Amino acid sequence: MYAFGYHRPTTIDEAVTLLGQSEDASAIAGGQTLLQSLKQRLAQPGELVDLGAIKELSGIAVDGRTVVIGALTKHNEVALSSEVRKAVPALADLAGAIGDHQVRNVGTIGGSVANSDPAADYPAAVLGLGATVETNQRRIAADDFFIDLFETALEPGELIKAIHFPVPKRAAYVKFAQPASRYALAGVMVAETGDGVRLAVTGAGACAFRVPAMEQALAGDFSADAIKGVQVDADELNDDIHGTPAYRAHLVNVLARRAVEAAR
Amino acid sequence: MNVSMTVNGRSVTADVDPPTLLTEFLRDHLGLTGTHVGCDTGQCGSCTIHLDGRAVKACSVLAAQAEGARVVTIEGLADGNGDLHPMQAAFREEHGLQCGFCTPGMVMAAVDLVNTYPNASDTTIRENLEGNICRCTGYENIVRALKSGAAGMGDQGNG
Repeated sequence: MYAFGYHRPTTIDEAVTLLGQSEDASAIAGGQTLLQSLKQRLAQPGELVDLGAIKELSGIAVDGRTVVIGALTKHNEVALSSEVRKAVPALADLAGAIGDHQVRNVGTIGGSVANSDPAADYPAAVLGLGATVETNQRRIAADDFFIDLFETALEPGELIKAIHFPVPKRAAYVKFAQPASRYALAGVMVAETGDGVRLAVTGAGACAFRVPAMEQALAGDFSADAIKGVQVDADELNDDIHGTPAYRAHLVNVLARRAVEAAR
Repeated sequence: MNVSMTVNGRSVTADVDPPTLLTEFLRDHLGLTGTHVGCDTGQCGSCTIHLDGRAVKACSVLAAQAEGARVVTIEGLADGNGDLHPMQAAFREEHGLQCGFCTPGMVMAAVDLVNTYPNASDTTIRENLEGNICRCTGYENIVRALKSGAAGMGDQGNG
């Protein structure tokens, strides 16, 4: 790792001030991605601002229609929450399949969403469930949040405070995990919501994206057969040693059908 | 910078560089070399310790992030009276190790797994040992040891 300065604020305001004082400061939440990236010298922040001591950023609140999860809430806290499991089982399932047990004890929802790794699981939940990202400055709809590879709508000095998930009528997340990393080679969140059907894909493109053609087909007939012939365009998909774009396009359709069948 | 935490029941404070990993702090500053470093990339789980009661990979946490925390390493798992922790005893009895390199991490992960998922099925055990890699045993004896250790922990009425 390159050398860096370290700060451990206890309030959001203090963290924002610290991040604003340096050109190359970086926030660290759980750090399960960031620290390994620093070891590989893929990033060189001059200052690390650790959000881990900001108590108000952690916690889960369920009010019947919305599940609100604080940005610093760990994956296992979501996965093991009986309240989340009752309200949105698909969200608890998704959190419980991220990385491994130890990573789930440290990694956070805010860190995952802010990083927008193309293969991360949480972006599929945020987009697929039509969540709202609450920051220290504003509320951002999921549809406006994920911009590109590791790029979100967050501005410099803007921190995620919480994610608001509307409770769907039914939903499911199914992923095909890369066997070594457990990242999604492709993953699909499908949800029947008060505003119609949403279907979001992670792992396959530069960032999480919706598939309107599948959503329209499912709106008329929420069944696996309804989307059997609906393919995503392989030209837009990722190509790496783990899978070709054509393979990922095929996976998306298979996983979407499985998700529809699993929705509850 | 100064960091302070409780390690195996003892309060410790040290002056470290900010990039110091918790593995480096435990091994190099405190001499607790039972926490092994296998891959140093967050994959193998050999460095698993308990941070405020939860299994984490110490190579994926800065010492600074553990400020004020309660850390338990393999050295601090047993009660200190010379008896092994039930999970350690079970790994010995069930031959849950061969070379032993992954074992400290396996045992620490296993204890947290039992605390998190009491009466876990074989499937749950195997899924939740995903973050611990053993290249000797083939996992059969590890899963058997974990179940035996869980029973032993239940008998003792603690974690």
